[in-house]
Amino acid sequence: MTMSANHFASPDDADTLSRLRDRLGLAAEAEGLLDVAYTTVDSPVGTLLLAATPRGLVRVAYDVEDHDRVLDTMSHRLSPRVLRAPRRLDAAARELDEYFGGRRRVFDLPLDLSLSAGFRQLVQRHLPEIGYGQTTTYGQVAKLVGNPKAVRAVGTACATNPLPVVVPCHRVLRSDGAVGRYVGGTDVKQALLRLEAAA
Amino acid sequence: MKPPFEKVVERSGGVVLRVCRVILGAHDAEDAWSETFLAAMRAYPELPDDANAEAWLVTIARRKAIDVLRARKRQPAPVGELPEAPSTLGVPGTADGDLWQAVAALPDKQRQAVAYHYVAGLAYAEIASILGGTTDAARRAAADGVKNLRKNYPDAATEGAPS
Repeated sequence: MTMSANHFASPDDADTLSRLRDRLGLAAEAEGLLDVAYTTVDSPVGTLLLAATPRGLVRVAYDVEDHDRVLDTMSHRLSPRVLRAPRRLDAAARELDEYFGGRRRVFDLPLDLSLSAGFRQLVQRHLPEIGYGQTTTYGQVAKLVGNPKAVRAVGTACATNPLPVVVPCHRVLRSDGAVGRYVGGTDVKQALLRLEAAA
Repeated sequence: MKPPFEKVVERSGGVVLRVCRVILGAHDAEDAWSETFLAAMRAYPELPDDANAEAWLVTIARRKAIDVLRARKRQPAPVGELPEAPSTLGVPGTADGDLWQAVAALPDKQRQAVAYHYVAGLAYAEIASILGGTTDAARRAAADGVKNLRKNYPDAATEGAPS
């Protein structure tokens, strides 16, 4: 037997650490240190990462966006005080669950759009005006935000939406009727449109 | 670029827990762990990007452990004599109770040097900056600690330990 760290490990370490990490999340929240709380939830369109600042929901990310990269970006752009702490995401998780179950048409959550800026943020602020089950085109959204020539920029604003599903960029289609690209993949966009058409 | 704090907890949570256990025993170790990571999270944005986060955490853990030891010594001892070493011993569920007895019986400096070198894997130069004193003194404290451990817990050898 060698003198090593293993001597001081206990078979209960995993449980102890998981308990201590839960406790850290609560203490950090109480002390105002939890700049970014996140969790992951299962959904019919794959595992979603949900993250919130004290101001509101700041990020919804699909699997294909690479959750580790999403966390790195938030650490860099918002604050490195990022912890897995599900409690702050309870309401968002519940509303998403209701949405995917066809029982919710409007999200009622405080949002933090600080991961986008300028024209993109302006577009994202207007997207919730497109109602559940409806669709519009990039050109119409450009008109809606008072800049009818900015069709491509509207496309970019949709592609960089930090809050997909909740901010419904999936309801914006190409003017030729094609579904158009989507941050979660075209299949996911079609699945969301089918869900809303059926409910 | 600085990793999200969650990654720091994931990477070093276990090491910090074992360091706290060696210094304090199993029970108080959990409080010291919590205090350590809360303080670390507070200061994390100011930590330089190229810093050794684990060595930094161990430094904070040591400070928190010393706070706990001090608080413990201020409390009246029921036996009328101040214990030289921590009285909370052992990790529930381990068969290594004897090792914990042996570790707890070490003088403070030796116990810390053993924790930082053999548990946290820190280099002696880093340990010296934590404990104060020279690199040689840190190496001697760890060596004396292991020698004492071997006396009381013959299974503990030093092969495979980090250099």
